[in-house]
Amino acid sequence: MNAATALGRATDGGIANGAGAAKAAVTLSEHVIEIVSDSGEGAQRCGQSFGAIAARTGNGIWTVEIIPAEIQPPARSIAGASGNRIRIGSRRVTNGGNEADLVVAFNEQVLLGRVHERELKPGCIILLESMWRDHPDATIAAAYRETFDELVGDGYDVREIPMERECRALVSDPRRGKNMFALGMLCNIYSLDLQLARDQVAFTFGKKEEKVIKSNVALLEAGYEWAESRLDFKYHIPATRANEAQIVVNGNTALALGVLASGMEVCAMYPITPATSASHYLSEVFEKVGGVVHQAEDEIAACTFAIGASYAGKCAVTITSGPGFSLKQEALGLAVMCEIPLVVVDVQRGGPSTGQPTKAEQGDLLAACFGTHGDAPKVVMAVSSIEDCFYSIITARKIAETFNMVVVVLSDANLATSQQPFPRPIFNEAWLAPPVDQSPVPEGAKPYDWDPVTGIARRFVPGQLNGMHTLTGLAHDRLSRVAYDPETNEEGLRHRSLKLAALQKTLKTPTVFGGEEGDLLVIGWGSTQGAIEEAVERLRAEGRQVSSLNLRFLQPMPGGIKEILQRFKQVMTIETGWSDSPGDELINDSNRRLSALAMMLRARYLVDVDCWSEVRGQPVKPDTVYRVLSSKLVQGRR
Amino acid sequence: MTMTTRASECLMRMYTEDHHLEDYQGSIPRWCTGCGDNAILTAVQRLCRDEKLRPEKTVFVSGIGCSSRFPHYMKTYGFHGIHGRALPIAEGIRLARPDLHVFVNTGDGDCCSIGAAHWVHAIRYNMNLTVMVHDNHIYGLTKMQVSPTSPRGLRSKTTPHGADLEPLNPLSVTLGIQNVSFVAQAVDWIPELVYDIISRAFHHKGCSFVRIIQRCPEFLPELLAPWLSDPNRTLLLTHENGMRVSAALGKVYKNQREHDPSNIDHAREIASLKDLIPVGILYHNPAVPCYEDMRAIMPLRGPDLIQRGLEAEFDKFTIWPQEEAVRP
Repeated sequence: MNAATALGRATDGGIANGAGAAKAAVTLSEHVIEIVSDSGEGAQRCGQSFGAIAARTGNGIWTVEIIPAEIQPPARSIAGASGNRIRIGSRRVTNGGNEADLVVAFNEQVLLGRVHERELKPGCIILLESMWRDHPDATIAAAYRETFDELVGDGYDVREIPMERECRALVSDPRRGKNMFALGMLCNIYSLDLQLARDQVAFTFGKKEEKVIKSNVALLEAGYEWAESRLDFKYHIPATRANEAQIVVNGNTALALGVLASGMEVCAMYPITPATSASHYLSEVFEKVGGVVHQAEDEIAACTFAIGASYAGKCAVTITSGPGFSLKQEALGLAVMCEIPLVVVDVQRGGPSTGQPTKAEQGDLLAACFGTHGDAPKVVMAVSSIEDCFYSIITARKIAETFNMVVVVLSDANLATSQQPFPRPIFNEAWLAPPVDQSPVPEGAKPYDWDPVTGIARRFVPGQLNGMHTLTGLAHDRLSRVAYDPETNEEGLRHRSLKLAALQKTLKTPTVFGGEEGDLLVIGWGSTQGAIEEAVERLRAEGRQVSSLNLRFLQPMPGGIKEILQRFKQVMTIETGWSDSPGDELINDSNRRLSALAMMLRARYLVDVDCWSEVRGQPVKPDTVYRVLSSKLVQGRR
Repeated sequence: MTMTTRASECLMRMYTEDHHLEDYQGSIPRWCTGCGDNAILTAVQRLCRDEKLRPEKTVFVSGIGCSSRFPHYMKTYGFHGIHGRALPIAEGIRLARPDLHVFVNTGDGDCCSIGAAHWVHAIRYNMNLTVMVHDNHIYGLTKMQVSPTSPRGLRSKTTPHGADLEPLNPLSVTLGIQNVSFVAQAVDWIPELVYDIISRAFHHKGCSFVRIIQRCPEFLPELLAPWLSDPNRTLLLTHENGMRVSAALGKVYKNQREHDPSNIDHAREIASLKDLIPVGILYHNPAVPCYEDMRAIMPLRGPDLIQRGLEAEFDKFTIWPQEEAVRP
């Protein structure tokens, strides 16, 4: 794959004699590209634009933001890498892929950060800003030279590019324009259409004045020209233009669009990473369709405010991440007890406590299913792709209002900032919430007229004649009167629980990816779907009997899963939440803590489900899954 | 309460608007005999009748504690929520439904302790809510623990040697919060004024904060005795823009002060009086805007509007299949 390595290294970035015109583009099926810089140097914008241009070309893409934990980390620091990872493929891309094949870095320190996190493929191409080599500060120059030598020594194909120098010829502050120069280089390297790139730049800076667009286009063209004449390699990743309109957004934007499309009117939230960007975007657009984003004084207020709005007839959503989700638990119990519909989005991050706010983890599944004190049945869904982020919110609102339940939608920091094109949704009026029911309640009807089979009761909303009653978080009877007797208490618990079974009866059995039976079934939930399926596909191409299953509904789980599990010799989950390693000295079957889904599957289906997990804060890589599954298959043969 | 009448509301006037006290009486109160909560309930039921509030358009929201049993005893809609969170629940209802009358019943523990953050911010949001803080200076439902308004030295189950701290003053705190628009105080032993003050609070558009000092005969039977036995320790606030005191009441409570409720500095002085309990309207500013009016949900929000908004957003992110349509 790494064709450039074979072409050998040259000084000053590429071919000294400028014989670029003679080079032929090497055709690739896919590549992973990273661009990293200090915060504020625009690497994220460069990466996003690059991804958008590739998507417009017809390539499959998946982009992942590289985010430092601090707003303004010190310049040139290892932990300060800010930027974007773009995976481009000929086919649809379902995840961020493996280590990077090509990296653009604005300084060697942020690059080192990525090297330490093992995000670079051995021998990968590095396009490195060269201004630091002769920096007036001797310490900086020395650090640069040392790192450069080290990287070259480790076998990386490092090309020094005088980006700053080249940009200075065009703009007075190259620090703010270098990203467009880099974009131009990347467009040339990957044989993307320059006009498409110009359009994208114009779109990106659309709100700015003409002068700004012009200067950025000039930088783009300069980068493009520079790569054309000075680099000795070029790639081409064949693309198939989609024949339908696609939209390119990240997961959090898709969630917010889902809120719009669901017909909900109220989103109550409190700022928390990585969930907040969904509310940022929603704040920009919600009012245009008559919605309100309410930033409450705290997470509990956000949740109870949403409950108030829902109670009054306008099903509401509250969007949060782990710590906020923990704070909401008591209020969620209230909504469960009073059977108030509510949509809760938890964009999971590393935990416990403050943990890793900008990093991905799947640590909240059990908290979502069982977090509230007492028996508080809630619906728990997980989104597995960007498209899913959009549609799941619509589904969640519908379920919440049909069953008068709390629906938790689990996303994660990986999906939050990743972009992937999906078919432009075609608006459907059925997505929307119905108007608030203000019809009179029939004489004699009770506020909790639980159906004995489904547990569902019609909810009375303020404003409905004859429906007056007082909701209470205390145990209550069908008239919503406080009740302490054992029968009534059990009756309430029973009916609230039955609603999950009623919902479960409406769910389809999930489709197995791969074959219907075989040696190994790997089960995942949420954002790991793409990486798992990619690994399974590879193994199946090698003739291995491996299949996978992605669960969207974690509570209730759809029917038919047990039958699927039983058709495989081995079953395991792959999750990015903690599980003890069986290799640790003290760990054995009697004390090993399993990852969340494995526990739930074992408990429900009495099947020996193993698990493998990692909590590196990064999305799991297809190669990693491939290795894990391969060794599991070997174990199985023993 | 809602200043405008919507066409939809007129159309729904399908039955007689006359109501009797029984129309607002829910289940039989289970408060202790002599509990001040009873006086508040009676005043509120009278108010609902006199204001001809439609029971189905009226919601009482509460938290947890003796005070918060209140909604069960009304025959309106009610929401007996969780400890400390009555205010944000009520705010959510208010934002979603400008057509409803929303009342909040909370206590000194519910509002000033576990729900203190919400109290501060509720005042700042200034949403149209009538908030009654039933302040009995003690946790009653959990059987006598010290509350933030308990006097220093009070012996309770958690302070057997006496409370260490000076009590928090709910009036002073509220009067110190930006956007405060209505602050009043009532005492359960002058029911006439409990009614008048809650009525004034109800007619104020904004967050009206009424602290009602009430007796807890079970756990603090003697706490307020000095004030009950000496009417001069109660200071009635009178003003043409505030309360007018009836002649009969004036004969008993002679200690009166003319206080203009638009004067926040004087209101703050009155709030911090040590030995006197002020009763009446301390502060009233009808000009403070309400959060829900700034954030109002569009009354006409049909599928067309949502579709147009959504398609416009999709357009921003769309890659069209035809080359010529690429340009966004």
